[in-house]
Amino acid sequence: MADEHVGLTESEQVSRFLDYFRVDERFPHILCPGCGIGTAMNTVIRAFIETGVSQDELCVVSGIGCSSRISGYVDCDTFHTLHGRALPAATGVKLARPNLKVVVFGGDGDMLAIGGNHFIHAARRNIDVTVFVLNNFTYAMTGGQYSPTTPTHERAATAPYGNVERDFDICFMARATGAMFVARSTTFHVAHLKKMAKLALSKRGFSVVEIISQCPTFYGRHQGLGDAVKMLEWIRDRSVDASKVTDPWQVQDKFVIGVLHDREEVPPYSKLYEQVRARAQGKA
Amino acid sequence: MQLLSGNEACAVGAVRAGVRFFAGYPITPSTEIAEYLARELPRIGGTFIQMEDEIASICCMNGATAAGVKAMTATSGPGFSLMQEGLGYSIMSELPCIIVNVMRGGPATGTPTRTSQSDVMQARHGTHGDHPIVALCPWDVRECFDLTVEAVNLSERLRIPVIVLMDEVVGHMREAVELPAELKLWQSAKAKVPREGYYHYDDSNNYDACIASFGEGYRVHLTGLTHRKDGFPTDDPEIIKWNMDRLRKKIDDNQDWLWDLTYEDLGSETVIVCYGSAARSAMDAKRQFEQKTGRRVGILRLRMVWPFPTERMISLMKSARRVIVPEMNQGQLNRTIERSVSRHVPVISVQRYDGEMLTPEEIIEAL
Repeated sequence: MADEHVGLTESEQVSRFLDYFRVDERFPHILCPGCGIGTAMNTVIRAFIETGVSQDELCVVSGIGCSSRISGYVDCDTFHTLHGRALPAATGVKLARPNLKVVVFGGDGDMLAIGGNHFIHAARRNIDVTVFVLNNFTYAMTGGQYSPTTPTHERAATAPYGNVERDFDICFMARATGAMFVARSTTFHVAHLKKMAKLALSKRGFSVVEIISQCPTFYGRHQGLGDAVKMLEWIRDRSVDASKVTDPWQVQDKFVIGVLHDREEVPPYSKLYEQVRARAQGKA
Repeated sequence: MQLLSGNEACAVGAVRAGVRFFAGYPITPSTEIAEYLARELPRIGGTFIQMEDEIASICCMNGATAAGVKAMTATSGPGFSLMQEGLGYSIMSELPCIIVNVMRGGPATGTPTRTSQSDVMQARHGTHGDHPIVALCPWDVRECFDLTVEAVNLSERLRIPVIVLMDEVVGHMREAVELPAELKLWQSAKAKVPREGYYHYDDSNNYDACIASFGEGYRVHLTGLTHRKDGFPTDDPEIIKWNMDRLRKKIDDNQDWLWDLTYEDLGSETVIVCYGSAARSAMDAKRQFEQKTGRRVGILRLRMVWPFPTERMISLMKSARRVIVPEMNQGQLNRTIERSVSRHVPVISVQRYDGEMLTPEEIIEAL
């Protein structure tokens, strides 16, 4: 994919950016004031433009939840599927039309609780999709219940006395289950996020970017973290660059951001299945 | 002539009708369908994938369908339960796909290797919300082929998921069959209008549709939310009703050609209404009874159990003095038949739910 963005004037860049949204049909959006999802969506769209992903070769797939609403706003083929089921649906799209660039958005609950098993197997099969997991530590759409990434002891609408469960490291699981590329960024570090998104989009095979995002309405409020600005400051203060730690998998109570795993590419499922067809047809 | 099992004939029919994508999960007694397609689909450029469960299987099938490839899945009771969620999505976003359920006994794990017809009501009402459903019930190997082809055609024409409700006996039975050299296949037209004027759920697109798939430049939006004609979600009561009516009209507006049943000797005092492998025993019961007594027995066999042909059932049963409904369940379709004709004629349910096939003798007893 060529870098189409180079050589455009600023106004051309703005219009290219706006063209990526369903401005007339779908705005204003439903996200709360101060939500990080808009920032994440804008930044990933800039990454689409800068990596030369055209809208007519892109399919955005999502499940259910606040982050999954992104599929309604991006002007390309979009597939707002069932809660947790974005990855199996994306698998079907990718295998049926391997030439489409398939990008998945989902939240921590969507991807790791109800969709956790699908996540594991999509990674293991090395389906050629890029997954953006927006981690806001809560089920925001339903009003702030604890999710697989809510830290232990924290309060939530369904954990009024504190969360008993241990939380989940999305990136660690993505690496363990076979992802080709794993990175973490945040809605505070937008330039960094764009860079991570571009790297993930350029990697062939299953790639994952976890985006730490603020939910002032349903997470920040329960934790006493304050408004969106205070939450962004909280994200900034808790973040540490992967290059500054000896072992990014051992760091406690910090968001280690950067590329966490970037392995040598192996052919994705759709490529390997071409070999299956060749064998079945006696050509190999 | 070739010797095929019902499961194999179903898979052969799917391939002949244009199915090029299968996503599934192993389950007795349907697995032979997956095994056949794992062999055949890559030979003809298609795709087979074994998913992590039946939820993923149906969602993967929905994804391939949305991307414009004719797709199918096959399962049995427990898997069919898991698929109800994705089936609702296929209905709501109007994805034309095929779900085969080779029925075994339930509830839960039930009797994996035995036969049953106990998913008839689950096929009708298993997924939540009001919705139309089409379910076909083959009774022999040739019909497993024919009705799978029919399911593909109906799904394309009505833009709906179609269920093929087989049972273990029909799925595993082997018969020598002659398959037709040529098939009548419904050709769905591709969208022709430019993107700006394209509405995925335009009223003119409810059946016999011109639809766009992913990857064709139409920037289609599919959602399981109640939606407007452009595919975007809404909670406007008027549009919700329009959306729900639209789904129902697919069936209501096509009643004249949709129903599929066969019958003989309906003028008789006693009529057996049956479907699937229970109809095989019913046929034999009719033959034996007529030989022994010289009295005719009517048979009405439903090749399509859903939608249920209430009006036609009433008119066909006009001269009957009693109706016998043999089923391998606790009388599931019997209740629907009772509801439609019991004002005119008594309905007797003949049930068997021990995993064994109904015998002709059990039906003769009721005659």
